[in-house]
Amino acid sequence: MSAVCLYFQVHQPYRIKKYRVFDVGHDHDYFASPDGSRLSNKDILQKVARKSYLPANRTFLDLLKKYPRFKISFSLSGTVLDQLEAYSPETLASFQELVSTGRAEVLSETYYHSLSFIFSRPEFIRQVKLHTQRIKSLFHVVPRVFRNTELIYRNDLATEVEKLGHIGILAEGADQVLQWRSPNFLYHPVGTQKLKLLLKNYRLSDDVAFRFSNPDWSEHPLTATKFAQWVSAVNGSGDIVNLFMDYETFGEHQWEDTGIFAFLQHLPGEIMKHPDNYFVTPSEAVKKLPAVAELDFPNFVSWADVERDISAWLGNSMQDDAAAKIYSIEAAILKTKDSQLISDWRRLQTSDHFYYMCTKWFSDGDVHKYFNPYDTPYEAFIAYMNVFQDLKMRLESRVKSKTKPKIQTEFQAKPNE
Amino acid sequence: MPIKVLMFGWELPPFNSGGLGTACFGLTQALAEQNVDITFVLPQKVNVKADFMRLVFADIKGFTWPDFSPYDTLKYLPGNIPPEMAHDLISAVDLYARRAAEIARKYNYDIIHSHDWLCFPAGVVAKTVSDRPLVTHVHATEYDRGGGNGINPVVYAVEKYGLERSDAIIAVSQFTKNLLSKYYVSDSGKVNVVHNGINPSEFQADIDEENPLNTLKQAGYKIVLFLGRLTLQKGPDYFLKAAKAALEYYPKAVFLIVGSGDMEHQMVNMTIDLGISDKVLFAGFLRGQMLQQAFKSADLFVMPSVSEPFGITALESVANGTPAIISKQSGVSETLGHVLKADFWDVDEMANQIVSVLNYPSLHHALSENGKKEVKKVSWQAAASKTIGVYRKILNK
Repeated sequence: MSAVCLYFQVHQPYRIKKYRVFDVGHDHDYFASPDGSRLSNKDILQKVARKSYLPANRTFLDLLKKYPRFKISFSLSGTVLDQLEAYSPETLASFQELVSTGRAEVLSETYYHSLSFIFSRPEFIRQVKLHTQRIKSLFHVVPRVFRNTELIYRNDLATEVEKLGHIGILAEGADQVLQWRSPNFLYHPVGTQKLKLLLKNYRLSDDVAFRFSNPDWSEHPLTATKFAQWVSAVNGSGDIVNLFMDYETFGEHQWEDTGIFAFLQHLPGEIMKHPDNYFVTPSEAVKKLPAVAELDFPNFVSWADVERDISAWLGNSMQDDAAAKIYSIEAAILKTKDSQLISDWRRLQTSDHFYYMCTKWFSDGDVHKYFNPYDTPYEAFIAYMNVFQDLKMRLESRVKSKTKPKIQTEFQAKPNE
Repeated sequence: MPIKVLMFGWELPPFNSGGLGTACFGLTQALAEQNVDITFVLPQKVNVKADFMRLVFADIKGFTWPDFSPYDTLKYLPGNIPPEMAHDLISAVDLYARRAAEIARKYNYDIIHSHDWLCFPAGVVAKTVSDRPLVTHVHATEYDRGGGNGINPVVYAVEKYGLERSDAIIAVSQFTKNLLSKYYVSDSGKVNVVHNGINPSEFQADIDEENPLNTLKQAGYKIVLFLGRLTLQKGPDYFLKAAKAALEYYPKAVFLIVGSGDMEHQMVNMTIDLGISDKVLFAGFLRGQMLQQAFKSADLFVMPSVSEPFGITALESVANGTPAIISKQSGVSETLGHVLKADFWDVDEMANQIVSVLNYPSLHHALSENGKKEVKKVSWQAAASKTIGVYRKILNK
C-alpha cells in the first residue's frame, strides 16, 4: 500500500523597493514600490494570484469535491496571508474554502518565513506562535505538522519543534543524509520522542515542479497516467510518496499552456486507478504510518539548489553581514514595543532578501537570476542595508526619546536641510 | 598552416594616447600565441617592443606623435583647425593609404586587418592591390567620440567607406554593433562582436614601490578613482556631480582623477564651483607601475562614460581587485556581472552606489573577490580565438 502526500508551499515576501542612501532618515516605507515597478509587491501578488493561486485553487476544489478521498496540504506564510488580505481577498477566500473541506491541511511555520531558527531561537519560537495564531483565526484549524522556511532542517530543529507541540515535520529527502535509504518512509528524528519526519521525494516532485515543460527532457511530455505509474511503482518498496512543491509551480513556473492544470485535473484519478494507492494529509501520515528508522541530520539541509544546503541564503560576505546586522538589534527593537518598527524588522528577516544577495552562479544566468527582482545581488544588498540604516535610526530616536541612548551609529546621516 | 595577416594600426604602447593602442597590442600578442603570423604597420617609426610580430613603419612625414591622436576628430572640423595644421590628420590618413600600396605589394598575407577609421583607407588600398579580403575592426565610432555633441562628417565618410568595402567587420561590443547597424551598415550579419580583454596574468604581482597614496589611506580616507581622457565621451563631469552627492553622505573620501584632455580646465573649475576642490585630486596621465598603484590603492573605480565602445580600464580595475561602477552605455558592461552598473546620467544612482561600497566592507569584498574570478574569462586569448574564427569564416568563402 502506498500513501501519496501532496504538500504545497505558498509564500510571498515583502520585497524592498529601490531604496537609496538619500532615502535614509526620510523614507520609512520600505516595501511600497510603486505600482507598475518590478518590485511592486501588490502587482506581483495579484499577478501570481491570477496566474497560479486562483486557477490552482479552483482545480483543487473541484478535485476535492469529485474525489472524497483526495487530500492535499499547504503551508501559507504570514507574509503571504497579509498580502492576500490586502491585495486579493478573493484568493484568500478560496484558500479558506479549500481548508473548510477538511481535506486540505494547513501546516505550521515561522510567520515571516525567516531564517530565525539559525540566528535566534527565542525569535523563532515567537514567530511560530504568531503564525499558529494567524492560522487559527483565518482558517479555524490548529496546525500540527511543521515545516521550516524552505525546508531548512537540522536535528535540533526537530527537538525544538516537538517541544512546541507538533507531531510531524517535513524535510528534503537529500542524498547526503539519506545515502542508501529511501525517502518513501517516515523516519524518527534523532533526539526526539515521538515526532515523525516526512521526506520529500525530490525526483518525483521535481519531475512536476521543474522538468514538466522542458522539451529536452527524455520523459516530456509528462502525462498524469505516466506519472501515476511512477508513483505506484513505489508500492512494495515504500510506504509513502511525498510530493512537496512550490504552489507557484501551477501556472507561474509552469505556465497554463504547458498543460499543467490539465495534468493536475487527471492526476488524482490516475493515481487512484491503482487500488493500492491512497492520499494522505501529513497529519494522517504521521498517525497511520510507522517511523522505520532514526535519521541524523547534523548539518543544515534544505530544498534549494543542487547543494540542498543553506548556501542559497548564507555564506557570502554580504549575506552574512546583512543577517548578522538584522539580528543584532533584536533585543533593542522588541523593547520598544512599537508594532510598526517590529513588523518592519520582522519583514526584513524573510529568507528571500538573502536569496536575492546570492552570488553563487550569478554570472551563469541561473535560476537565482530568474527569481531575483533586482538586477544584481549587489543591488539587492544595497537596498537592504540602506533600509537597515533607516530602521536603526528610527530605533535610536525611539530609544533617545525615552532613555539615554547607548547605541552606536556607524552611518553618517545627511545634515539637516 | 598559420594564417598570415597584414594589419594596419595607428599606435602601440607606450606611444599611445588611449585604448586603441592597448587593444591592438593585447590582441596581436594573443593572436601570435595562437600561431597567427602578423605584419603590423604603423604610420611612423616608434620605439615599440613587439617581437611576436613583424613591425613595418610607413614613414609618413609631416607630423609628430602625439599631435594626431585618434580621438580628437572634432578638432579637425573646418573652422577649428589652426592654420599651421590645416587638414593634417586627414592628409596623414590619406598618405598612409598611399604608402599602403607599396607595403601591400611587399609582403605575403592571407587577410588584411585594419584598426579604426584612420587605417581604413590603407586597408582598402591594400585590398585593391592584393585582392585579399579585408577585415575592418571598429574600436570606436565617430558617434562615440562626439559624445552626443555631433560628428565630423569627413571622418564619418571615411568610416562608412571602409566598412562598406570590408569582407567582415569586427566590433568590440554589442553596443558598438548596435551603433554600426543604426548609422553605418545595413547588413548586420557582416558585423562580428569580439569583446576586448585583458591579460589576467599581468595583474597578479604586488607593487614593490612605496605608494604615494598611502598617506591618504592611513589618514582614513577612501579613494574613488576616475581613469580616462578628460573629454565629453568619458563623462568626467558626471563623475564630479556624483562625487558631490556622495561626499554629503561619506565625507571622508577623495576623488582621484587620472588622465588628461580637453576638459581639464573645465573640470578644475567645476570642483571649485561644486565646493569639493579639497576632495578632488588631479594626477594627470599615468602609465605603467604608477597606473597600477592608482588602481590598487583605489577603493572604488567609476567609469561614467557617455558612450563607450568598450572600456578596457574597467577590466583592469576589476582584475586589480578594485570594484567598479560602470556606465550601462558601455561595451564592457556586456562582459561583467560582478560590477555595479548605472546609466551615465543617473548621478543619484552612482552616488548611491559609491556610498554603499564605501560604507559596507562586505559589499566591497564580494565585488572584489567575485570580479577577480570573473574577469579572467574576459581575456585576449578569448578575443584572439574569436578573431581567428572571423578570419576562417571569410577565408573559407
